[in-house]
This record gives sequence, C-alpha cells and structure tokens, in this order.
Amino acid sequence: MSDKSITRRTLLTGAAAAAGGVLLNNLPLDAQQHGAPPVTPPPVPADPTKAPGSPTTAVGERSPFVHPQRAPVGEITGTTLSPLQDLAGTITPADLHFARIHAGIPAIDPSKHTLLIHGLVDRSLELTVDDIKRFPSVTRIHFLECSGNGRAAYRTPKPDMTPQQVDGMFSNSEWTGVPLATLFHEVGVKRGAKWFLAEGGDACMLTRSIPVSKAMDDALIAWAQNGEPLRPEQGFPIRLLLPGWEGNSNVKWLRRIKLGTEPFMTRWETSKYTDPLPGGKIRQFSFEMDAKSIITTPAFPEKLSAPGWRRISGLAWSGRGRISRVDVSPDGGKTWDNAELLTTLHPKAAVRFEYMWEWTGNESLLMSRAVDDQGYAQPTMAELKRVRGPGTDYHFNAIRAWRVARDGTVTFEANA
Amino acid sequence: MRRALIFLVVFATACTLDTRDDYLGDKQPKRFGIGHAPDAATIAREDIDVSPNGAGLPAGSGTSAVGASVYASACASCHGANGEGKPPLYPQLVGGPKGSFDFASDYRIPRTIGNYWPYATTLFDYIRRAMPLTAPGSLTADQTYAVTAYLLNREGLIPDTAVIDAKSLPAVNMPARSHFVKDDRAGSSGGTHVR
Repeated sequence: MSDKSITRRTLLTGAAAAAGGVLLNNLPLDAQQHGAPPVTPPPVPADPTKAPGSPTTAVGERSPFVHPQRAPVGEITGTTLSPLQDLAGTITPADLHFARIHAGIPAIDPSKHTLLIHGLVDRSLELTVDDIKRFPSVTRIHFLECSGNGRAAYRTPKPDMTPQQVDGMFSNSEWTGVPLATLFHEVGVKRGAKWFLAEGGDACMLTRSIPVSKAMDDALIAWAQNGEPLRPEQGFPIRLLLPGWEGNSNVKWLRRIKLGTEPFMTRWETSKYTDPLPGGKIRQFSFEMDAKSIITTPAFPEKLSAPGWRRISGLAWSGRGRISRVDVSPDGGKTWDNAELLTTLHPKAAVRFEYMWEWTGNESLLMSRAVDDQGYAQPTMAELKRVRGPGTDYHFNAIRAWRVARDGTVTFEANA
Repeated sequence: MRRALIFLVVFATACTLDTRDDYLGDKQPKRFGIGHAPDAATIAREDIDVSPNGAGLPAGSGTSAVGASVYASACASCHGANGEGKPPLYPQLVGGPKGSFDFASDYRIPRTIGNYWPYATTLFDYIRRAMPLTAPGSLTADQTYAVTAYLLNREGLIPDTAVIDAKSLPAVNMPARSHFVKDDRAGSSGGTHVR
C-alpha cells in the first residue's frame, strides 16, 4: 500500500479484523459477487457507521446480500426466466430480463451492423447503427412476453414453482429507438405493401412477417433499454419492438426488413407460434398478448410468519392497451376486491398492483384478475381450456392462484 | 371513382399514421436523407427469403434419394436417424399422426411437417437460413432441395422419384394449409367470452 490507496478488500479486511472477525483472505470474494448465493452472509463490519466503506467502482454491483438470478441457463436454444419474485416496481433490470434464444446470442460489432430496408419501397435503404441514432427518437415503457409464457406451469405444474418458473417469460423496460413509421416514411412504402419481413442477425436469422399497419401504429427500432445500449441477449445493437405483441415477433439483432404484399410464412409463424383450436383449426398471426396478471408476493417459496396484515403485490399488463383494474381474491375467486394500481398506466406496459390483506391464519387461495381498457377480463383456466381445448397453451393468460396453508407456507395452485 | 375514393382514404390515413410519432410537426423534412442506397449486389446477397409462391427460390434441384444422405450427415445427429427428434430442443420432423387434426385436444400430439406445416416453401427457407444448427448456411442449394425432398417424401407428400426445385416445391400439396385461420380475438371481453 505504498501509494496509500484504499481498496475494497483491504477495507473489508481491516474492518472485519477490527471487529474481531474473520480472516477474509480465505474467503472467495469473487464468488460472492458473481456466483451462486453464499451459504453464509458475507462479512460486514459490526457497525458500518464506525469505519469508512468501500471506494467507488466503475460499474456498480448488487449488494452481496442480494442474488436475483435468471434460470435456467446454459443452452443456445431455449429460455431463461426473469426472477419476478425478486423485483419491485415495474422496470426489469436489463441483466435480469427474460431471454428466449433460438441459436445462441450473437456477438455483433455495432460498427459493422447494418439494417437493410427493401422490397416494395420507393427507395431501398441501408442504415448503420449510427445512422439509426440520427433519426428522431422516442422513449417508451413496454412489456415483452413470450407467447409461450406460463406453458410449463400448465403442462407440468408443481406446487413448488416460483413466480419466475410460472410466468417468468415476462419483463418490462423503458425502450429508446426510432419509430418504424419514420423509417418507412423515409423509404416510401409502395401501395400494396401490407406485410414486412423482419430478419434477425442470429445464427438462425429468425424471421417474422408483420403487418405494415403495426409499423405505422407504434413499432420501434429500439437501440437502448433502461438507459443503456441493448444487452446482447436483447438484440444489441438494434431490435424490432412491437408493443403488446408476442415476444417472438420482436425480432432481435435486426438486420433486414423487406416489404411485400403477403406474409412470408416463415417457420416461426407456421409450425411454431400458432394456436390449435377445436374443430381442426389453427389460429395464425395471433400477435396481441391479452391481459394477464400474477401475484409475485406472497408466493412460493415464501412462508407467512404469523396471521395479520400483509401486502399482496403483483404485476398486470395488457398487449391491447392500458390496465384499467386489477381485482384480488383471497378465497379462490368467491369474492373479489379492487387492488391499488401503484404506477403510471402506460399502454402495453406493466403496472404494479398492491392489496393489503389481513390473514386470519386459515387456508387461503390468493388470485389476481386483470381487466384492460378494452373491457377484456383475464379468464380462468377452465374458460381457456373450454374454448381453446387442453392442447393449446400459447397465449396462456389464465388467472393464477397461490395457496396459503395454515402453517403459512405458500404454494402454486395450478388448477384453481 | 370508387377506386380514387379508396385511394384518397388510404392515402389520408397513411399520412395521419405516418406522422403520429413525430414531434417535429411542420418542421419535419420530406426526407431526412440519412443512410445510403444499397447496390443491387448487396440486396441480391441479403434477399434470401422464400415466399409460398416460390419467389426467392434459387436454381438447383434435389431428390429424396440424395436427400437421405444429406440428412444422415447433416441432420440426424440432432433430429434422429428417422426424423423422430429429441424434444424439446430438437423437434420431431416427420411421423406425426395424419388425418385427425386434433391438436387442440392434446399438446403432446406431434406437430410434424406432414400434419402441421402449411407451406413446403417454408422448409427450404428455414433449412437454408438456420440449419444445421452448428453450421447454418453450409448446405448448397442442391443439398437444401434434396433434404427438403427427403423430408417431404418421408411424410408421404411427394413420390420417391419426385425432383424438387423452384417450380415443383411451391406446388406440393400440404394438408395442413386449409386449417389455418385468422386471429379472431380482437374485441373479446375475455372471461367467459374468451376466444
């Protein structure tokens, strides 16, 4: 320490030693900061007000006492779920946003990435990422939800599922980008162009056909999320953002847009992301995500310590507009009461709801039901299955339930 | 006259929608002039998508017999020797039940090319852009046609001797096509009226 600089490690070591404590050199600090939750809490001074804390760092980290994590991880085709139970408010930290990937997360040099717009346009156009950032931008809050969200909790329900495992293919962010309408104005959309193909820059060059009307409505080419450039797994450097529409259509790593008269019938909009219905029908291009909600606390694995007043809190959203109301039931849907909506009601964005509940100590079945400004009310599981058949579980927005036992344990109830 | 009226309405609507996101109002230039015009070669290189009418299909051709060996070397390690797949990561490709079309009754009914895919052109497009998973884009046009032919033949959709190319592929009759319907959920009040 010849330069008398004070590092975090020496400070912690000194403080702990001063507190008559532990030999920190033997402790895996890095593991605590980046790895799995420690078995024992990390060492801290007995009285943090009696010794200086650690110096500033270039990039902040979460408290070593806090370990929100996505799960599962490690596949190049699959989904990692957002830890809904660990989050407050409505904005999902970008590093905890759920991710669905089909051929790995591509490594893209933004200086070499371009967006090509061609097809039924007056002027084909190639834009660099810097070009895209020169256009007038908008910043908006919108959710993203995979249309397969909730599927695992339907197909293989278990009482010991967390909100993350039940509905963790849902996240909500502040997005910044250029309205796609602005770019379409720039290239001049030819009459007859009704659909456009959006192509991603991952190793499957994921493609979806999108109606041009969505571009003229509220679609964005987003380049920032929650105040910083997009994360790689969210489409860095640019992605399509279609507010309220199923996650898969929000093509990440966007590299090409082609306008045409008809849908292109890609693999993802034919053999996947289509919804079988009774009577031998398959619903196609079911883009909008209907209203949905989930209580994120109390939920498994929490345990209520004692009867008394307690906060019920959760998230609600609708892909068709604003949430207008959330109802909460403590008794499995026999009675409903209005929850408080705590956050600004943005269209096609998450709202945080809360309800103060006095637990008497009896068995309870907690439910939430979202209603949006189109007058759409979240259906029950029985209603969904009756109309769509038991084999359809995309766009699965059934009312969720948590069972509270007399001993205070809370478990997921799939068939409420 | 009617056509002119429709055009006017569409044009007026387009203008309204075009400017709804813009804060510049009257100050918006006709065009920002940002970006550059791509040359024809760039567009030709990037324009790889295939439409149901066959637009975008390249020159070349393939048969099921040739496709069997392409499949064995490029596809079987993930999708199985007989296209049975390794769900959920690697989907079953062929052999799903034919005729009943009862997928809404049970999500476990395999959705394969012959019973669920509405367009044969999608196969070529997807294989060319995405397969094989570890080396996408590595198959030639002939190999892609051939493995497409192999999968269609395994599903009983084309005869053993069929040659699949830009003309024959869009003409393959796909049984699932007539089952696809438009989304009718808009306007539903949900609850007991959910669609």
